[in-house]
Amino acid sequence: MKGVLVDITRCVGCGSCVVACKLYNNLPWSNAPHLGKDAVLTADNWTVVKEFDVSKGKESVWRFVKEQCFHCLEPACASACFAAAFRKTPEGPVIYNERVCVGCRYCMIACPFSIPKYEWQARFPRVQKCQMCFYRVKDGEMPACVSVCPAGALKFGDRDALLKEAKERIAQNPGRYVNHVYGEKEYGGTCWLYLSDVPFEQLGFRTHVSTESIPHVSERVTKWTLPVAGGWAAVLTALYLATKGSGGAEKSH
Amino acid sequence: MAYEFPEGWRFRMTGWRKFFILVFLVAVGVMIYRLVYGLGAATHLNDQWPWGWWIAVDVLIGVALAGGGYSTAFLVHILHRKQFAPVARAALLTSMLGYILVLIGLFMDIGRWYNFWRPFLVYPGSWHSVLFEVFWCISLYTMVQVLEFGSIVFERVKSDWLKRVFDAMLPPLFILGVVLPTLHQSSLGSLYVVTVDRLDPLWWSIALPIFFLLSSFFVGPAMVTLEGSLAAKAYGRQMEIPVLSRLVKVGAWVMFIYLVLKLIDLGYRNQFGHLFDGSLESNLFLLEIVGGVIVPMIMFAIPSVRNSAGGLITASVLTVGGVILNRMNVVFTGMAAAMGGHYFPKWTEFMVTAGLIALAVLAYCFLVENFAILPAEEHVPAGKPSEAHTSYTVVG
Ligand code: SF4
Ligand code: SF4
Repeated sequence: MKGVLVDITRCVGCGSCVVACKLYNNLPWSNAPHLGKDAVLTADNWTVVKEFDVSKGKESVWRFVKEQCFHCLEPACASACFAAAFRKTPEGPVIYNERVCVGCRYCMIACPFSIPKYEWQARFPRVQKCQMCFYRVKDGEMPACVSVCPAGALKFGDRDALLKEAKERIAQNPGRYVNHVYGEKEYGGTCWLYLSDVPFEQLGFRTHVSTESIPHVSERVTKWTLPVAGGWAAVLTALYLATKGSGGAEKSH
Repeated sequence: MAYEFPEGWRFRMTGWRKFFILVFLVAVGVMIYRLVYGLGAATHLNDQWPWGWWIAVDVLIGVALAGGGYSTAFLVHILHRKQFAPVARAALLTSMLGYILVLIGLFMDIGRWYNFWRPFLVYPGSWHSVLFEVFWCISLYTMVQVLEFGSIVFERVKSDWLKRVFDAMLPPLFILGVVLPTLHQSSLGSLYVVTVDRLDPLWWSIALPIFFLLSSFFVGPAMVTLEGSLAAKAYGRQMEIPVLSRLVKVGAWVMFIYLVLKLIDLGYRNQFGHLFDGSLESNLFLLEIVGGVIVPMIMFAIPSVRNSAGGLITASVLTVGGVILNRMNVVFTGMAAAMGGHYFPKWTEFMVTAGLIALAVLAYCFLVENFAILPAEEHVPAGKPSEAHTSYTVVG
């Protein structure tokens, strides 16, 4: 399973990754900003680099966060979709098949990171999000964004190896990083991992979240469906037969 | 059993009905516009608010309020509590119409509507989706109701052979007609289980499916009461107060169970502090629970209140309002903090809902006036419902 390690301390905010994404995926340049404080993911912005002005110790600093789909190990979007339009590939990327999508947008509700976006202006809109350049990754190449990063902020590789490396970077540079690899455990873990020197909650990350994956949470209720259906049908049949004679026949008219 | 069969089908025209037809026609125009130009043109939905008015009202509230059908069917057809039979057919009819509207509303809301049939196919993994179950159950249940209704239709059409076929199908249909709603009423709550950490903890709970199920059950008697009072008014009949009064008593018990479970759930998740912290969320939650559950529950529990038309109707209005507010709170209030952004429905969104309701009213009137839905009045004098026999009349 592949992944990408994002080291926020190394990102200079140049936005090369955004350009590479637009070009490789043939996405139009829309009005929604893709760089800066107001950068926002949209159907055309599969990745953006968002600027945060934060204080670190006494000084105030800029930090840049590359945002895109996290490619969860157990993706909520895929488990929510009733047409199986989202699929977790063995290589890691979570990809979307527009042909079968019904457009119910439950995936947008289900994703804990609010990643999937919608082509609102289209007659038959698609759900849009980063595909982690699936066809490149499948061929053993790195995603387009990673290949152009001039600052070494993005590193592509096996997720396990990247996680190990992230922990080593924290251990070997005392005081440089906050002691947390975002994506290791969040919602069951994600293929994209982040390192930072300022607390993640100041950088727009949702912290203190469940370490249980969303599919797992909903499985806790959906597993009851068939037993309840079967049991309830049996109980109702029994009640129906037991009370049949009472209170008049069914066809009383 | 003597029926008064009028010659041919009838539909009386009145000023109101013309108005409803107009509303429906405007809505049809809006729906065509939506299907041709897409959701962006016809709604104010956006990336922060992918679900809005149609999902909240046409689907979640629509299905909950149609709960009168299965809760009454459970009492009458499964438990054979014949004292509730006089209202069973009307409850089935409004429920069936409700579900047809829900399906139309759902169709309006899906972006790639030519793919609406896809979820009927089973793809690898698609059965894990809560929505998969909801979609299947709602579609099947609508069919079950149409078939149940078929047995009423064929009384009127006078095909004994078909009537017999339908009657033979009824017992299994009755069972399915309770199992399916049980599943999807609760699954509508399960839909929001995925919003853990985002939906406000006053509403989020792993037990959401149980709360959605119980509230759809207890709103049933209240809806049947309101429909009954409207029908009584429209057709100059007596309200079936003794029947309804017993029905809402059952509802009150379910409300009590609901309330106890809610309190246990809030306590278990340590949310009592949040309950009284004065936030918008907590205030709307309290309004929903006190105004929509506790007050009507007490009113239903007091015999003198539930045996008077005024008390019965007031408490029913509160109950229905409480369930509407609950679903709104789950979709909007509870998600607002996590979703950010802004959403207020476009007029076209309201218009489609208004048109669907107008369609339901017109269909109800037509069916009640042409088929044996409402009980014959001479057999059910106010104050003394017939125990063993219920007969029906065609009114209008
Ligand atoms: S981040 Fe959201 S869209 Fe991406 S894989 Fe996870 S659940 Fe799916
Ligand atoms: S919008 Fe499409 S991809 Fe998303 S859950 Fe619905 S059918 Fe699946």
